[in-house]
Amino acid sequence: MKARVHVMLKTGVLDPQGEAVRHALSGMGFDGVEGVRQGKVIELDLADGTDEATIGEMCEKLLANTVIESYSIEVI
Amino acid sequence: MKAAVIVFPGSNCDRDLAEAFKAAGAQVEMVWHKDTTLPQGVDIIGIPGGFSFGDYLRCGAIAANSPICQAVKAHGEAGGYVLGICNGFQVLTETGLLPGALLRNAGLKFVCRNERLTVATSDSLYTRGYNAGDDILIPVAHHDGNYIATPEVLAQLRDEDRVAFHYADNPNGSMDNIAGILSANRRVLGMMPHPERAADVGHGGTDGARLFAHLTEALASA
Repeated sequence: MKARVHVMLKTGVLDPQGEAVRHALSGMGFDGVEGVRQGKVIELDLADGTDEATIGEMCEKLLANTVIESYSIEVI
Repeated sequence: MKAAVIVFPGSNCDRDLAEAFKAAGAQVEMVWHKDTTLPQGVDIIGIPGGFSFGDYLRCGAIAANSPICQAVKAHGEAGGYVLGICNGFQVLTETGLLPGALLRNAGLKFVCRNERLTVATSDSLYTRGYNAGDDILIPVAHHDGNYIATPEVLAQLRDEDRVAFHYADNPNGSMDNIAGILSANRRVLGMMPHPERAADVGHGGTDGARLFAHLTEALASA
């Protein structure tokens, strides 16, 4: 089985990289881009039957820093 | 006085840190990240700067979960002294020994220059050689030094006099101009600037040498 973990900076945490991307897009003439947030996607190749709680533990302990980041898990 | 300096793949200030401790009179042992125990009788652990594990995932995240860091964490939680510099500060926030986190610099650039710091407290073994309000010149060299914490944590750091150093001219967007913070028991210090790179006349500055001299002296007589 595979799972995809999405890690994003929490709302309210400034994202200077996302802001730089937004700035570049508007410089390229794309109007109306009001905000860009940049995160990461981590794909996990897991033993069949791995439960979501275990994946959650992986996120809590390593994949995300929950001081500044939130995560979501998608089993695919 | 015995210091242990942890070495991760990608550490690049480990020997500088060891030299700064030695110049202050400490005995130093280097400890590899795969070790699971610290040398006997260690008075302080130094976590050096660099790019541990290539800064993969998040700066310091993989190092914080390495075998030796379980021992470092236990040492810190038991009231032991730990000094984390630059990447070492990032490792300490990732282990939870210090609160908050370090984000990408607000200006997105890697900043490498001498930075003027204001000593915020002299109440720690690390800062006892300075007076609160002293200005010192210490180099910074980082891409992710932008300190962030919740308003509650920031208030706690202020109220408990746990900010060790402020930037005089904030290079990275750090909240409250924070350059270094202490743990609640004042025994764990994390700082982005590099005192070990201002510890010898050959470095072009010696403002960092005082940190190591007074720290080593206090731990030796403890």
